[in-house]
Amino acid sequence: MLANQIGYYSLILGLLLSFILCAVSIKDFNNSNKRISQNIFILSFLQLTFVVVSFLSLILSFIKSDFSNETVFNNSHTTKPLFYKISGTWGNHEGSLLLWLLVLTLFIYLFLVKSKSQPKKYRILTLLFQQIIIIGFFLFVLVTSNPFNYLFPTPPDGLGLNPILQDPALAIHPPILYLGYVGTSIIFSSSLAAVTQNYVSKEWGRHIKKWVLVSWIFLTIGIMLGSIWAYYELGWGGFWFWDPVENVSLMPWLTLTALLHCIIVLERRAALTSWVVILSITTFTLSMCGTFLVRSGILNSVHTFANDPARGIFILIFLFILIILSLGIFFVFHKKNNNNPNSFFWLSRETSILINNWFMMYFLSVVLIGTVYPIFLDVVSAEKISVGPPFYHKLIVPFLIPFLLFMSLGPRLKWIKSEIENKNSLIITFIISVTLTFFIIKNLTADLLFYTVLISVAFFLLFTTIKELFIKKNNNMPQTVAHFGFSLLILSILFNNILSSEIITNIKIGEKYSYQKSEIFFKKIEEKKESNFNSIVAYFEIKNEKGKIIKLKPEIRIYNQPIIITSEADIKTTLLEDRFLVMNLVKGGEYYNIRYQIKPFMIWIWISVLLLSIGGLMSLFKKRYEK
Amino acid sequence: MKNKLNLFIIIMSLSFCFIVFYKALNNSNIYKPKIKAKLSLPVFDAKDFNSNIYINSEKIFEEDVFYIVNIWASWCVPCRTEHPLLMELSKDLSIKLIGLNYRDKLNNAKKFIYEFGNPYSQIIIDNDGTLSVEFGAYGVPETFIIDKNKMIIKKFVGPINQKIIEEIKLIIK
Repeated sequence: MLANQIGYYSLILGLLLSFILCAVSIKDFNNSNKRISQNIFILSFLQLTFVVVSFLSLILSFIKSDFSNETVFNNSHTTKPLFYKISGTWGNHEGSLLLWLLVLTLFIYLFLVKSKSQPKKYRILTLLFQQIIIIGFFLFVLVTSNPFNYLFPTPPDGLGLNPILQDPALAIHPPILYLGYVGTSIIFSSSLAAVTQNYVSKEWGRHIKKWVLVSWIFLTIGIMLGSIWAYYELGWGGFWFWDPVENVSLMPWLTLTALLHCIIVLERRAALTSWVVILSITTFTLSMCGTFLVRSGILNSVHTFANDPARGIFILIFLFILIILSLGIFFVFHKKNNNNPNSFFWLSRETSILINNWFMMYFLSVVLIGTVYPIFLDVVSAEKISVGPPFYHKLIVPFLIPFLLFMSLGPRLKWIKSEIENKNSLIITFIISVTLTFFIIKNLTADLLFYTVLISVAFFLLFTTIKELFIKKNNNMPQTVAHFGFSLLILSILFNNILSSEIITNIKIGEKYSYQKSEIFFKKIEEKKESNFNSIVAYFEIKNEKGKIIKLKPEIRIYNQPIIITSEADIKTTLLEDRFLVMNLVKGGEYYNIRYQIKPFMIWIWISVLLLSIGGLMSLFKKRYEK
Repeated sequence: MKNKLNLFIIIMSLSFCFIVFYKALNNSNIYKPKIKAKLSLPVFDAKDFNSNIYINSEKIFEEDVFYIVNIWASWCVPCRTEHPLLMELSKDLSIKLIGLNYRDKLNNAKKFIYEFGNPYSQIIIDNDGTLSVEFGAYGVPETFIIDKNKMIIKKFVGPINQKIIEEIKLIIK
């Protein structure tokens, strides 16, 4: 009740502070004083505080199950465990926008504090651009999706949170992903500020690289958490489905990765300035575009919270204002510097990074087309198509071959002009990878030539990075670790794809199902009662080829608010493989439908993504710059 | 000259994107759970709103007319917007409206009826929400059409509007 009022009015105060901040900054901008006025810090901190208060009061309403708040009523229920009451705060449209706002204000405050060594005018302009975004989101929250709508009379109970969202990985997935998504807003604002001040330079590159790294790390981990959740909760046994909403998070990741590499060139050689600026703008635009696609209800997925065209139109207009503003600024202010890519020597680190960029742009366009083309087609010709995994696989996988090859050679090159050193050892490594792959693939039922080439380049990258990890001490550890992680990721995904096996069958209690040399035994079921769901736990015993017995307990949950049935897979993870069993009810009978999968190297997919982010972290905390 | 051409192309493609997205917004494709073609009416005993006596469902739906079951509650905001339409619908004598009062306080519900009028020929009480589940409801408000064979032939999730009223009238004819 009271929390509701406090939350609402702090939001309005936060918006007012935005306008005051803009006025004060513009005044300070023309002031000849060399340092930023202390008032700006105070105002920015106040704004952050108000948003925090507003966010906390929403959390409080959720904890107290205050159903006079419409958001709480729509998304919570008294029988929900406390943990999910809290995570329900951002498990819905209104609350997640408030979280978005919180991160926006938090980051601009941190930016102000952390950028003291930077030119004053640049900092103030960054603040102004960021405030434009913040004002847009304040208005969006207050006008179209107020989280503090008041209901009277107070309903006795809420409608409940979608049960598939009641999951620990998903409770932390949105905040982490948002830190990455919204972090790109700082990169956007500061690159616009840098362009207007003609400050796209080595110093700026060094300074903004930290922000790029932070966003990149959070985005990587956020995507991974979503993927882990999809793996064990959706019960399809995959970890990436090329669902439009997944793509929407992958696209900023691709541009951010390209940006990260460009910034390295920028801070070393003051080149690729246009790339850096355009990529900064695109990354944030893609994040916003993602928000638009997800929130407007154009796409249909678990992430679609509410279908309200008014919200869609608001974000759409806001998005296009930002695009036009940023492109305008880019064309008016951006001065091409003389150090353009054409002057790069063909065999140099710069060129290899440029090649990396073009690959990233290619992957981006594939994902972009696959995601938005169905929308365009639907509008233009009223034809409905859906773009599935085969499209992405066909267009992306073959291009991984040259990409991985460049990735293993690129980092070995020197800046400006280089030669390939240690040619012999490289050739030997390559031959080893090819023969190793050949003997592995020969025993498998897979397309021999194609997979041999693909996997051997992945092995090649793996071996070259391993060699660098151990032989050349401490030369460029972050990069090596990240690239090592990437090669491991590609290898695990490929082997996972080739070696996975699956059995789908209907089975009843007490029955045995045999296949090849293994046996599935459905022992019994047990019923359990929890506060927010009833569950049927099934006990399975699976005897594998070696006669070893594995016990698996998949579960069917019947949630009470709202009434939804979900299947919880049981997964036994070992270093080599995951055993995955999920069951479903078959209508009107004693039979259950089960799906048993053996998925090799699953855990290595998560480990390698973690390695990627660890590479990023190492680079973030590194004192000296790469040689 | 070249710059102007570039600018023109960019602006054109941006406006094209804008128009496409704008149009896509209006024909959005949110999945709505559909009730299976025909579902027989659940059999239950429920408390009557006025008399507080338990009545069997066969007694409630005994007449040879179309019935419309509307799940509502006094605390439910969308129920208020659809109420005038229900009042209008109740004037049609070929149908009978049954109100299902969902998890409500009796006093609030009575006040609601007193204030906005009573479109229902009978109101039954669903204190714990189980009855609504029997009907296959997802929330409040929800409206079901029951034909003369006592089958649920159609369900509307969310508040009804003028378009739905016309659809209902069409079905009943």
